[in-house]
Amino acid sequence: MKKPDVKSFKTGLLLGLTLILSMLVFSGCGASQTSSTPQEGTDDAVQAKAPVEITNVSYDPTRELYVAYNEIFQAHWKKETGQDVTIVQSHGGSGSQARSVLEGNEADVVTLALAPDVSSLEAAGLIEPGWLNEFDKNSSPYTSTIVFLVRKDNPKDLNDWDDIVKPGIEIITPNPKTSGGAQWNFLAAWAFAKNLYQGDETKTQQFLADLYANVTVLDSGARGSTTTFVENKQGDVLLAWENEAYLSLKEHPGEYEIVTPSISILAQPSVAVVDEVAKSRGTEEVAKAYLSYLYSDEAQRLVGKNFYRPSNPTILKEFASTFNLTLPLVTIDDDFGGWPAAKAKFFADGAIFDQIYKQ
Amino acid sequence: MTRFIRQRKKNKVIPGFALSMGITLAMLSCIVLIPLLSVILSLSGTTFAEFLATITDKQVLVAYRVSFQCSLIAALINCFFGVLLAWILVRYRFPGRRILDGFIELPFALPTSVAGIALTTLYSDSGWIGRIFAHIGIKISYTLIGITIALIFIGIPFVVRSVQPVLEKLDRQYEEAAMILGASQSKTFFKVVFPEILPAMLTGFGLAFARGLGEYGSVVFIAGNIPYKTQITPLIIISKLEQFNYDGATSIALTMIIFSFVILFSLNILQARVNKVTKV
Repeated sequence: MKKPDVKSFKTGLLLGLTLILSMLVFSGCGASQTSSTPQEGTDDAVQAKAPVEITNVSYDPTRELYVAYNEIFQAHWKKETGQDVTIVQSHGGSGSQARSVLEGNEADVVTLALAPDVSSLEAAGLIEPGWLNEFDKNSSPYTSTIVFLVRKDNPKDLNDWDDIVKPGIEIITPNPKTSGGAQWNFLAAWAFAKNLYQGDETKTQQFLADLYANVTVLDSGARGSTTTFVENKQGDVLLAWENEAYLSLKEHPGEYEIVTPSISILAQPSVAVVDEVAKSRGTEEVAKAYLSYLYSDEAQRLVGKNFYRPSNPTILKEFASTFNLTLPLVTIDDDFGGWPAAKAKFFADGAIFDQIYKQ
Repeated sequence: MTRFIRQRKKNKVIPGFALSMGITLAMLSCIVLIPLLSVILSLSGTTFAEFLATITDKQVLVAYRVSFQCSLIAALINCFFGVLLAWILVRYRFPGRRILDGFIELPFALPTSVAGIALTTLYSDSGWIGRIFAHIGIKISYTLIGITIALIFIGIPFVVRSVQPVLEKLDRQYEEAAMILGASQSKTFFKVVFPEILPAMLTGFGLAFARGLGEYGSVVFIAGNIPYKTQITPLIIISKLEQFNYDGATSIALTMIIFSFVILFSLNILQARVNKVTKV
C-alpha cells in the first residue's frame, strides 16, 4: 500500500533536485556570458593590445595611495605598450585579504601589510618561492613606521615609550592577534624596552604587560583604532602607522600631533605577483610591471606624498621635512630573526602576547 | 484502519508534497546542512585533546561567558521592550505609527558595522548619550554594557515581529470579559493576554538570543575587545583565523553551534509545553 507513495515521493525529490541543479547551471551560464561579452572598439587593435584587467588585493590604509598610483601606471603602460589596463582594487584587513585570495579571490598581485600574509599564499602554492627577492628591498617598495598620535599640544607630555606605560595613561592600539599591522606596534615597543633593560627579557615582558594594561580599547583593526581615538575621542595616545597618523592630521588639522619616539620599527609592507592566478589569466607581464613600476622615481615620489617612506634613499631624502629620518628603526630580520621566529615567539596561541594578558 | 485512511487523505490534500519536500531538502542541504557539516569535517585534522585544550583555554572560557551573559541580558530586555513596542503598535493609533512600524526592521537592513560605529559614537563618554552617563560614573561604550546595548539593537525586531501578529489576532472580547467579571487590569494582562503571547515571545527570545551569540560586526566596535574582559567569542574565532589557525577557529565555532543548538532546542520544547498549557 505504501509503495506507490514512496515512489512518487522519490520522483518528486528527484524533480526538486533537478530543478535546483538546473537553476544553478543556468545562473552559471548567465554569469559567464556577461563576463565574455566582446569589448567594443578593440576590433581593429592587434590581438596583444586588447585591454587587460588586473586585480590588486591590498590592505586598508593604501586605498588613497593606489588610487593615485593606478593612474600613473595606466599612463605609463599605455605609453610603453599601447595597451589599456584597468586595475581593480580591493582593500581590507591584511590577514583577511590574504585569506580571501587563499580561498579563491582571483588577485593578480597582492600588496599586503606584512610578509607572513604573503608567505601564507606561498605555502598554499599560489605564489612561487623566492617572491621576497623578486623585487628590490625585500619586495617592499615603500615602508612605514610606528609613531604616536597625541592630542593637540600633547597635554600628557608623552614623548617616548616609557612615558606611555606610566599609570593612568590610556593607550589605543589594535590587537596584534586580529590585526597583522598591530604586530609592528608590539615589536616596536619590545625593541625599546629591550634596549632599555639591556636585553633582559623578563623586564622587557613586564614593560609590555604594563603597556597593554594601559590599553583601554583593543580594536580588531588599525582603522578601527583610528576611529576610536579620532572620532570617539578615547585615550591619550594612539599607536599608529606613520602614514595613518599623517592622514589623521590632514583630515583634522590642528587637533592632533605626531610624536616620534626615540626608537621604532621599520614596517615593511610586501608586494608579490600571485603567480598561479597571473599565469592562468595571462597577466604575468603586466602584473610584474605593475609592481616594478612602484620603484620608479615618479611612483616613489607619489609614495612619499601619500606619507609612506619611499624605499629609494635618494627620494626619501627629498621628504626629509615630512619624515623624521634620524629616528633609529629596528628591522624584523636583524632584530627579531625574521617573521616566522617573531610570530612563534610573540603572537602564536599561548606565546608572549597571550602571557602578558594572563598575568 | 480508519486512522490510517485519514492520514493518507491528509497527505493527498497537500499538493505536490514530495516535490516541495525535494526542493526544500535540496535548498536546505546546499545552504544550511552542508556548510554546517563542513565545519565538523574540517575538524578532522584535530585530535580530541587539541580540541579540548582549545575550547577550554581560559581566555576562550571568559569569552563564552561574555557572549552568553550579554546575549541573555539583551534578549531578556528585548522581551520586555519588544512586547511593549508590539503592544503600542497594535493597540494604539497615533500619528507616525506606520513610520515607527517601518523602523522596526531597520536593524536588519543596516549593515551591522554601521550600527556598531553609530552606537559606539553615541554611547562613548564624549557622545550624546554616553556623556550623560559618564557624569554619574557609568561607562557604556567599551564595556559589557556597551556590548549588551548593541545586542539589544540587533535583537529587538525578532521579538516585536514575533509578538505583533499574535497580538493583532487576539480578540479583545476576552479582555472585556475578564474586566466585566471583575479582574483587575494587571490580572487581565497576566492571566488573559500574557499566556496568549508567551509562545511568540519565547520564539522572539530564542531568535534574539541566538543572533546575539553570533553577532560580530556591531559588537567589535562597541566592545573594548580586551582579553579576559570584553572579548566576545566570535572575535576569538576571527583572531584564530587571522593567524591561519583554521582548526582552532573551527573548534570554538563548533562549541558555539552545539551550545546554541541545545539552547534553541530546549526553548522549542518549552514553547511546545507552553502552547499545550494555553490551549487546554
